[in-house]
Amino acid sequence: MTSIVQVLAFTYLAVLAVVAALATVSLRNPIHCALGLVMVVFHVAGLFVLMGNGFIAAVQVIVYAGAIIVLFLFTMMLLDLRQQGRERTFHTRQLLFAFPLAALLFIETAWVAASRTEITSAMKGAFPPSRVDELGGSAQALAEVLFNAYLLPFEVASVLLLAAAIGALVLARRVDEDRLAAPPSPVADAAGQAPADGGEERLRGSGATATADHGEYGGI
Amino acid sequence: MAVPLNAFLIVGALIFSIGVFGVLIRRNILIVFISIELMLQGVNLTLGAFSTFLEDMGGNVLVLMSLTVAAAEAAVGLAILVALSRTWRVFNIDRFNRLRW
Repeated sequence: MTSIVQVLAFTYLAVLAVVAALATVSLRNPIHCALGLVMVVFHVAGLFVLMGNGFIAAVQVIVYAGAIIVLFLFTMMLLDLRQQGRERTFHTRQLLFAFPLAALLFIETAWVAASRTEITSAMKGAFPPSRVDELGGSAQALAEVLFNAYLLPFEVASVLLLAAAIGALVLARRVDEDRLAAPPSPVADAAGQAPADGGEERLRGSGATATADHGEYGGI
Repeated sequence: MAVPLNAFLIVGALIFSIGVFGVLIRRNILIVFISIELMLQGVNLTLGAFSTFLEDMGGNVLVLMSLTVAAAEAAVGLAILVALSRTWRVFNIDRFNRLRW
């Protein structure tokens, strides 16, 4: 009985994920594409739940749907999308090359994926379902590995996120060339110059901290 | 588990290939970017499926790492996009054919 439910749930989630992926690449409006990606993320998270991996599913929904796609939508809100004019969705000449290449890639990967492989007990790792249950769930089992064998990559990932946050701030900052060229008037100084400089100082400060952190974790 | 490993791998491959198709076919730089995120989804699904069926947690750790890199990539990429749109005011990827201006 449970196996039938599992097969039905897998079919629903897989079909909806693929349909949403197709919608993501084929819709004209970028906002609709982002919403298609939200659908893909939710259905892939459902597949993770089906595999008994609730923690990764939750992280997937929180990070992807909650952070990355919201970032996309905020960027689309900042940019004036009407400026781009009307983009034709598919260009025939491009389609002529893109479709066979993507289809070839899928056939290759599906060929490998569908080839029959026995999973022997020698190939299996240290976390069978019984051990995961004994530890208390998928989150505990993941923590068991993440905070022991993969501690250094985990810490380096935090430095990567900090560097990306600083890099994004520096790249997207509005550089006002007039203000840089002209000597700062008292009004400009009060209104814009001081906070901008303050921001830069803060950035420099965080950069220094990042380097220090990196050195510290490199020593572990 | 009633569903075999191969089924998960094929869904992952399909989502990845659709992402590649999107990168090749679309000219709006935002949608190219979204297609790259789609490819990452396919990879995550494959890693998670291997991790579950081989009963090894290494794959799930890799999924977490890939999520981290995807978040960093989205932040920096969208910042570059904002800077580009200030300079060029278009989103057609064919117009970005110079590394310097």
